[in-house]
Amino acid sequence: MYVYDDFDRTLVVERVNEFRDQVARRLSGALTEEEFKPLRLMNGVYLQLHAYMLRIGIPYGTLSSAQMRTLAHVARRYDRGYGHFTTRQNIQFNWIKLSELPDAMAELAHAGLHGIQTSGNCVRNITTDQLAGAAPDEIEDPRIFAKILRQHSTLHPEFSFLPRKFKIAVTAADDDRAAIRIHDIGLRLHRNEAGTTGFEVMVGGGLGRTPYLAEVIRPFLPWADLISYIEAILRVYNLHGRRDNIYKARIKILLHALGAETFAREVEKEWETIKDGPLKLDADVVEEIRSRFHYPEYDIEPAGAPVTVAERSTFAEWAENSVSAHKVAGYAIVTLSLKPEGGPPGDATAEQMEAVAELADRYSFGEIRVGHDQNLVLPHVARRDLFALWLTLDRFGLATPNVGFVSDIIACPGLDYCSLANARSIPLAQELTRRFRDLRRIRDIGRLHINISGCVNACGHHHAGHIGLLGVEKNGQEFYQITVGGRADQHARLGTLIGAALPYDEAIEAVESLVETYLALRAGPGEKFIDTVDRVGLKPFQERIYAD
Amino acid sequence: MTAPQEKRRKNKGPLVVTANRLWDGAVVYRTADGTWSTELPAARIVTSPEDAERLLESALADERHAIGAYAAPVTQDSGVVVPANLREHIRRNGPTIALPSPRVSEGSANVRL
Repeated sequence: MYVYDDFDRTLVVERVNEFRDQVARRLSGALTEEEFKPLRLMNGVYLQLHAYMLRIGIPYGTLSSAQMRTLAHVARRYDRGYGHFTTRQNIQFNWIKLSELPDAMAELAHAGLHGIQTSGNCVRNITTDQLAGAAPDEIEDPRIFAKILRQHSTLHPEFSFLPRKFKIAVTAADDDRAAIRIHDIGLRLHRNEAGTTGFEVMVGGGLGRTPYLAEVIRPFLPWADLISYIEAILRVYNLHGRRDNIYKARIKILLHALGAETFAREVEKEWETIKDGPLKLDADVVEEIRSRFHYPEYDIEPAGAPVTVAERSTFAEWAENSVSAHKVAGYAIVTLSLKPEGGPPGDATAEQMEAVAELADRYSFGEIRVGHDQNLVLPHVARRDLFALWLTLDRFGLATPNVGFVSDIIACPGLDYCSLANARSIPLAQELTRRFRDLRRIRDIGRLHINISGCVNACGHHHAGHIGLLGVEKNGQEFYQITVGGRADQHARLGTLIGAALPYDEAIEAVESLVETYLALRAGPGEKFIDTVDRVGLKPFQERIYAD
Repeated sequence: MTAPQEKRRKNKGPLVVTANRLWDGAVVYRTADGTWSTELPAARIVTSPEDAERLLESALADERHAIGAYAAPVTQDSGVVVPANLREHIRRNGPTIALPSPRVSEGSANVRL
C-alpha cells in the first residue's frame, strides 16, 4: 500500500478547497457553466442522465480498508448506498449533488482519495495488473513505476490541456492482466537479455469508434528513462494531435496517420533533447517511492492446514475458480466476483464495501484491489483462512464462482445512467447472468469473456471481448452489434463484427447460440471458446446466428 | 463528446424542454411561467419549431438554475403526457433496473461479520 506523505495530503486538501470555492461561485452564478464545466471535469464530476456522477480514481487499483470504508460512507451519506467499479480501476457514484460534492470530496481527501484527472483532456488514472505485488509471474511490482508516472503527470502544466483524454497502463508479467494494448500508452516491464529491467513501450491503442491496438515504438527502454520518454511521447502528441475534431483527437489517430515508424522517430527526436536532463530517474527516487509502498509481513510458515472439505463442495468450487497462486508460499490471491446472478456488473453496496474492508483487515493485511474486469481482489490471504473468508463472502454475495467465465461480464453503465449511451447494457448483462446461472454449465463452457458497451465510446471494452456487444439505437429501438474473437490479454486482438445488429431479445438469444456453437465445435472440453474461434473461424458462428 | 440529444434539436411533434437542476442534477422540465419543475405534467408543451427554439433559448439562458437544456419529444397516452423515447423515460423514471440494495443488514453503518 502506498502511504501518503505531507505533500500528497496537502495537494488533495488544497484541491478540495479550491473546488469548494469553484462550486460556490457556480451556484451563486459568478461562474458560468462554460467556465465551470472544465473545472468540474478535472475533478471527476460529470453530468449524467439523472444527476451528477463523481468518479474517484483508485491509483493502480489499490485500496486500503480505511479507504474502502470511506467509499462506503460516501455511498451511504452522499449517494444511494452503492458505487460502481469501472473498467479503469475507478469507482463512480451516480447520484451526488453538486452542492454536497465539496463535503464528499473533503471526506475522500481525508482518506487519500480524489477525482483529480479522472476526467478531462489530461493523463487519467494510471492502471495496472490487479494482482501486482502478489503475482508469482511478475518480475517486479509495476505499481512503483505507475506511482512515479502518476506523480509526474498530476497537475503537469504542459499536459493539462491535451488534445484529448490520455490513458496509460502498466504491467510487469508476460500474462497481460492490465490490457495494455488497448491504452494510449502501454508499458510492459521486463528484463532484456542482459538482465536489465526496462519497458516495452507501446503507443496508440484505444477502443471507441475507431479502435486500434497499440504499436511497439520502443522494444526496450531502461527504467531510468521512463519519465523522459513518456514526456517526449506526450509532447509529440500535444504538438501534433488534432484539436479540430474531437473524434480524431486521440493519440491513436496521430500514430496511425503518421505511421508507427515516423511517430517513433518524432518521439526519439524529442527525447534526445531531454533524456539526459532532470527527468532521468535515479535509483534514489525509485527507492523512495518503493519505500512508501508497505508490503505485508507474511508469516513464513502460516500455522494450520487448509480446511479439508468434500471435493464437490461449494467451497471447493469457489476456491478452484476464485483463488489463484501467490508469490509467497502459503498465501493466495482471492478474486471477489461483483457479477452475481442478476446483478449489475461492477456494483457494490455500502454494506458490501464495508464487509470487504473488514475482511481485508482480517485476512489480507488491510489491502484490496480493483480490477479492470470490475471485480475486487484480496491480494494476500493465507490459505489457512480461505474457508473462513469464503463463508463471509458468500453471506454478502461476493463469492459467485464465475471469475473469468461467461457470466463474469464486463459492462459499462449504459443508457440506464450515461448521457452518451444509445442503449442499455446492464439489463443485457443481467439477463445473460440468469441464462448462464448453472455453475456446472459455466464451468463446462470455461473461460469466455463477454463485454458490453452502450455506445461507440466502448467503456465496456466490447472490441476486446471474446464476445462483444455494442448497443445502438435504430428508430427508437435498442439494437446490438455483435463482435466475436476479441482479446485484451498479451495476444490482444479486436473482435470482428459478425453481422447486422440485432434487437434486444435476439441479441440475448444470439449469445446463447454462439456458446452452443462453440460447445458443438470445440475439439474437447479443454479448448477454450477463443481457441475454437481461432481454429474454425467465424463462419460457423455467423451461420448459426444469421442463417435465416 | 457530443451527447446524442444535442444532435436532435429538430424533433417533430410535441416537445418539452428538459435539463438538469444545477444544485443536485435532478431532471427538470421548463414550465410555462419560465421556471423549472421536476414533474413532466407541469412542463410547457410546444408543437412548432419556432416555439421550441424560443423555449429552449430561455432555458439555456437560465443556467443559474438548470444546465444542459435541450428539446425532448413527448407524447400523449390517455391524455397524460409521457416521454416519447426510452432515454427520456429513463431520465424521468430512473434506471430501468433495481438499484443495488443491502443484502445482509439494512441501513447499518457498521457491518458485522
